[in-house]
This record gives sequence, structure tokens and C-alpha cells, in this order.
Amino acid sequence: MSTSESRFPVSRPALGAGGATGAWRTKKPIINISLCVYCGLCDVYCPTSSITVLTRERKIEVNYDYCKGCGLCASVCPRKAITMVEE
Amino acid sequence: MSFKGVLPGDSSCPGCLLPVALNLVVSSIGKKVVSVVPASCTSVIQGYYPKTAFDFPTINVPFASAAPVAAGVSYALEIRGIKDVVVFAWAGDGGTADIGMAALSGAAERNDNILYIMYDNEAYMNTGIQRSGATPYKAWTTTTPVIGKREAKKDVAKIMIAHGAKYVATASVGFHQDFIAKIRKASSISGFRFIQLHLPCPVGWRFDSEKTVEVAKLAVETGAWILYEYQDGKLRLTGPSAQLIEESRRKPLEEYLLLQGRFSHLTKEDIEQIKKLIKEQWEWIKKMI
Amino acid sequence: MRREALTGNQAVAMAVMYSDVKFVAAYPITPQTSIVEKISYFVEKGLMKAKFVNVESEHSALAMTYGAALGGVRSFTATSSHGLLYMHEWVHWASRSRVPLVMAVVTRTIGPPWNIWPDHSDYMDQRDAGWIMLFAMDAQEAFDMTVQAFRISEDERVFLPVMVGLEGFIVGGTTMSVALPDEESVKEWVGERRQPFVFDGSANITLGNLASPEDTYILHRNIHEDLLRSIEVIKEIEKDYSETFGLPYIGPVETVGEKESSYAVISMGAWSGDLAEAIKQLGRNDVSLYRIRVYRPFPCKELRQALSRKNGIVVFDRSISFGSFGPLYMDVKACLDSEYTNVVNVIGGLGGVDHSLGEYVSVLRKILGEMDREEKLEKQIWMEVSR
Repeated sequence: MSTSESRFPVSRPALGAGGATGAWRTKKPIINISLCVYCGLCDVYCPTSSITVLTRERKIEVNYDYCKGCGLCASVCPRKAITMVEE
Repeated sequence: MSFKGVLPGDSSCPGCLLPVALNLVVSSIGKKVVSVVPASCTSVIQGYYPKTAFDFPTINVPFASAAPVAAGVSYALEIRGIKDVVVFAWAGDGGTADIGMAALSGAAERNDNILYIMYDNEAYMNTGIQRSGATPYKAWTTTTPVIGKREAKKDVAKIMIAHGAKYVATASVGFHQDFIAKIRKASSISGFRFIQLHLPCPVGWRFDSEKTVEVAKLAVETGAWILYEYQDGKLRLTGPSAQLIEESRRKPLEEYLLLQGRFSHLTKEDIEQIKKLIKEQWEWIKKMI
Repeated sequence: MRREALTGNQAVAMAVMYSDVKFVAAYPITPQTSIVEKISYFVEKGLMKAKFVNVESEHSALAMTYGAALGGVRSFTATSSHGLLYMHEWVHWASRSRVPLVMAVVTRTIGPPWNIWPDHSDYMDQRDAGWIMLFAMDAQEAFDMTVQAFRISEDERVFLPVMVGLEGFIVGGTTMSVALPDEESVKEWVGERRQPFVFDGSANITLGNLASPEDTYILHRNIHEDLLRSIEVIKEIEKDYSETFGLPYIGPVETVGEKESSYAVISMGAWSGDLAEAIKQLGRNDVSLYRIRVYRPFPCKELRQALSRKNGIVVFDRSISFGSFGPLYMDVKACLDSEYTNVVNVIGGLGGVDHSLGEYVSVLRKILGEMDREEKLEKQIWMEVSR
């Protein structure tokens, strides 16, 4: 019997399973904190789950490791608080 | 935002809302899940074995099998007395409207206890934008490269209504609250449930990656994609569509079409024909409500 | 142990019920139909506590059986011929997923022309899929092998699906006397459902996502190696079964006649009975029959032992790899050392042709005579058919 890891085509959850997708980016989102109202729409619509908004704590964080730079966060922001800038 | 089912580092194209839609599904069901994914874009975005970006149980299966595999899991759980799990199929329009249709029809006819979500990006996107039954009239694809699709979009939700499915809904990734409400309602019912989710594809529809939400919203706001739910023999318009029965309240169709490169070749006559098809769809809705 | 008069198909259905199967999805096809009819009767009568689902195709039959197996219950399906070919994609998907389940294949010719009689062409079409493939020759074996199949499939050293082959009509539809162990003791012998992983919401695992070429290579090589090693598990389980229920142990290859004979005839399935009779009628005691009961993994070691120091070997195939040889012949040849040159392939029974005893005697007499006289042999001989 071979080892269990190489017998079954079964995978386990991990960050970066599809690679370090941050490297795909040509533009990056920059947040203007003074405009942000912490509504969380960018959090909902970020396809890479790279933006975390804590509405009650009034906190917003961007993780650039996996952000693909698609610009959806900037386009859905009702306050235009996110700008896409060249890498 | 609550639990994200798709972990950072999946390999979907930039601007694709497929991971967002899946996050909404697994966080809104409110129970444990088992998902079944046939060949489609979703098969290739999970990352490489032995890792997966999907932080929820997922069974990958070949085409034409999403409904029966999901039903098989669901029967097993029923036999084992497990009640706190929703088994859902997550299939593209090709795997649903075309190659998976017989299997889908069988599951609907038997009222198998599954939630079937068709994510409709209106072509075979995984293989590189080929025409599917769910491609709309005149849309450019790599297999309708000059003239565009000659036929109208196959209406799978209507086919599911004809099967007497327990719950049938259309949804749009652009209106996430409406989608969440439908996922929640569908998860509270047992039996066969079907949701057709309109999911614009930046690569295949030829628009920039930041416009996916805008395109999705415009499809609804122009009346090209109608949000409704069907339950117990009654159809009900939902979300913005509820206010759009009167044509005058809809945005001009051109706003939706002209954002997309796949419609850049349209003539005036083509646009008139598309408008006629949309009008027919609304006429059907009016009869149903 | 009581005896009942059962067809091969009824014996399979009984074995499924006795093995505590909880889920069956199937689509009817001649000559498999009476298996699913019988099981649906058992379920609707409440004799068998299981779910039976009438699916809309064979593709869905194996897909749903697989889903239920992944969901944690012992699952079974059955099919034939075009149904098996229609689900062929799933035959591969099930084994490459390493999911334990059992399928009966009631063999039937592939068309066109439409033909419902049995040969082995449908069964042989699955030989490269990574399943354990057993082949019965009568209703008793159909019962015994089906019960054993669940234990083999769910053995942690194996964790692969198992196919039980039996010929349509001549085994599936013919009533024979079957020794049946008591239902409860069979259930106990088969035991609790065992599987390598389960999809019931308890673990966030993903089955079958993309893998690199290298990882795929290793996964697939491990299917092959586990399959090769499974021959010992198959023997061990058959031994345990025969000891528990007081039945004779036969093994992956059955020998009929003297072990030390000069010549070997190799075959698989019900026509082995005709061949054994034909060998008797030849009136010579230097010929033995070797019947293949386990086709995958191919019992190479067992055959090499059995065939050592034979002067000639005749392999009967009931299907043909068009443009080449019969699959059984190719497997036998691949196992033998290079000094074995006297190996002849006889093709017959295609389309369900029922050759007479005289015809078997005559073809064997011809080939063995040539071997006796050390004449140059034709490698492939087709049985003659008169229309």
C-alpha cells in the first residue's frame, strides 16, 4: 500500500492554491481612508477576498499577496475612495 | 463580510465574480454544504492538488453529471440521517443547458433533494468562449466568429418551471442581496431547487475587468435579464426587476450592449431583433404573474 | 446452507441485498434488467432497507451511485453493453477517484447490428479503467463474487471499484441451484461500510481538482500498483469467505484437469464448461483447462506457475481487439516468458454464437495435433460459423 497522500486525488484548503496571484497585477488599489465609510461593498465584491472591512471597528485592510488588480473594488466603491495606480 | 468559501489565491481571471458568487452561496446557505462541480471554469480555478482554494467540501465530476452526483450524495446523507447539510450543484451554462440537460431533467422530474445553481456566463468560457445553448442572440463567440449566434438564448429556468420544480429563481451577481435572499429561501426548502445566476465574463464578453458589476447591473436595469422567483405555481418579480414591467422605466438596452465587445458588430436590425426577444420574455412574465 | 433455484441475475440481486447495500441507482437494459427489477422489488417490499433510484441514463446511474458512495453508504449499480459504453467516462472517473462501489456487468454484444446475445466485448472494453474485474461462470459464482466484491472494494489496501462480469442469458438468465448462506451472517461477514474519505459536510476537502502532470503520474501509478497488489487481498477474502460459509476455495485461476499436463486451454466465463467437456471428449489426458476468474488485476504469477513446462497453450477469447488479437490472449502472452512460442489464440462466440461441442473438439484436435507434430502454428484461429 502506498502512502495515503499519493493514493487519493483529495486536496485540502490552503492560501495560494492557484499560485501567488498578486504577481498577475499591473495596477494596485490604493484606499483614501478619509473618504471611506466602511460600507463593505469592496469586501463583498473583491474576487480574491483581499479586502477586509470591519464596519463596526471602522477598519479596512488590503492584502496585496493575492490581489489580481482587477479594479472591481474601485468601481463598486460608492465614495470613490479607491484608486487604481500603476504598479 | 462573513465566511469566505474561496480562499485568496484561486486562479480565476481578474474581474471574474465567480469566487464572489460562490462566497455568497456558501455563506448564505446557513448550514454545512457539499458542492458538486462538473467540468467548467470552476474546475480549473481551485488551484493545484494537494491544495485547494475551496474551503468547503467539493466534488469535481465530469460533464453531464452534476445533478446525479449531487443527488447521490443527498440520498446518502438522507439514508445516514444527516439533516444539516445542503448539497448543491454548481454548474456552468454549457454543463446545464447543453450536455447536462438530460441529467438535470431527470433530477428535476424525480424531485431529487438538491440545490442546482447554474452560473450563466453565456458561453463555454473555460475552453475559450465557444457558443453554448445559453449564448444570447447575435453574441460573438469563437465558434460564431463572424455573424454571431443565429438562435435565441435557451431558457433553462423556464424549462425547470415546466418540470414543476419546487423552487426556480433567476439572479444576478450584480444584485447580491437579491441573490442571497434566494439562496436562503432555496436552502430552507427540500426537494429540487434551481437558480440561474447571470454571471458576466470580462474575457468572453469583451469588457474591462473592473466593469463586471456594472455590466451585471445593466443587464437587469435594461430589462435584458429579469430577476424573478417561482414557487408554488406563482411567479414573482424581485429586486430592481419588480419596478421594470413598464418598458419606459428601463435603461436603454444599448447601454448594456455597447459596453461589451461581443456585441460590437451589431446592426440596427440586430438590436431591434434583440429588443423584440426581450419584449417576448417580458410578455411571458406578465402572463405568469 | 440452503439451496435455491436462481438465475445469475437473481443471484446478483440476492447478493446485493445480503451485502447490506444501502443505495442502488440503475437504468434498465437487456440482459441486465432482471437485476434491477428484482432489487426494486426487494426495496418496495421492504425486504431490503435501501434506496433505489430509477435514473434517466447509465451515465447518471454510475454518477449517482458514485455520489452515494462518496456520501458514505454502500452502493451498487448494474448494466450491460451499450449502457456500459454510455457510462464509460464514469467507469474511469470512479476508479481514478478511488471510490469503493460495486457494479455487475451482464455481458452483451456491442452493435450494430443490434444484438442482445452475450460475448465479452462490452466487459473487455473496460479493462484499462483501473477496476478490479471478476468474472463468474455460473449463478453460484455470481452470488459469491458479488458478496466478496464489496469486501474487496472496501478493503483499505484496495479502495477501488469492483466489477462482476457474468454472461447475459446463459448465466444471467439461466436458472441454477445456488447454495445461499444465511442473510445475517453475510451482512456480518461484509461488515460496516469502509471508505477512504467521505463527503457529508464533515471535512472541507476537494476531490479531483487540477494536479500537475507529475502528481497525476504518481496517483495513476499508485492505482496500478495497488491493483497489482490486490490479487493477494482478493485471494485472502475468497479464502475467508469459503472458510466462513463452507464453500470450496477456487482462486483467481481455476484448474480443470491434471496440473502437470502438457497442454493448456485458457478461457473465461460460461463457455469454459463447454471447453472442459470438449477436452474430455478429446480422449487425451495431457490437456488441462485454466479458467480466469479474476481478469483485473491479471493473475500473472498464478498463470505463470500453472503454465510452467507446457508444450502448448490455446487461449479462447470471446471478444476481439479489432486489428489485433483477443484481449485475454494478449494478457496471457504478456505474462509468459519468451520461450513460450506455442501460444494460439482462438476467437469465437462473438455476437453470442453458441458453438457446438463438436466444433470445440474439432478446433482443439486440429491445434493440439499441430503442436504434437511441432508444425508451424497459426497464431490466430477463428471458430467456423455456418449461417
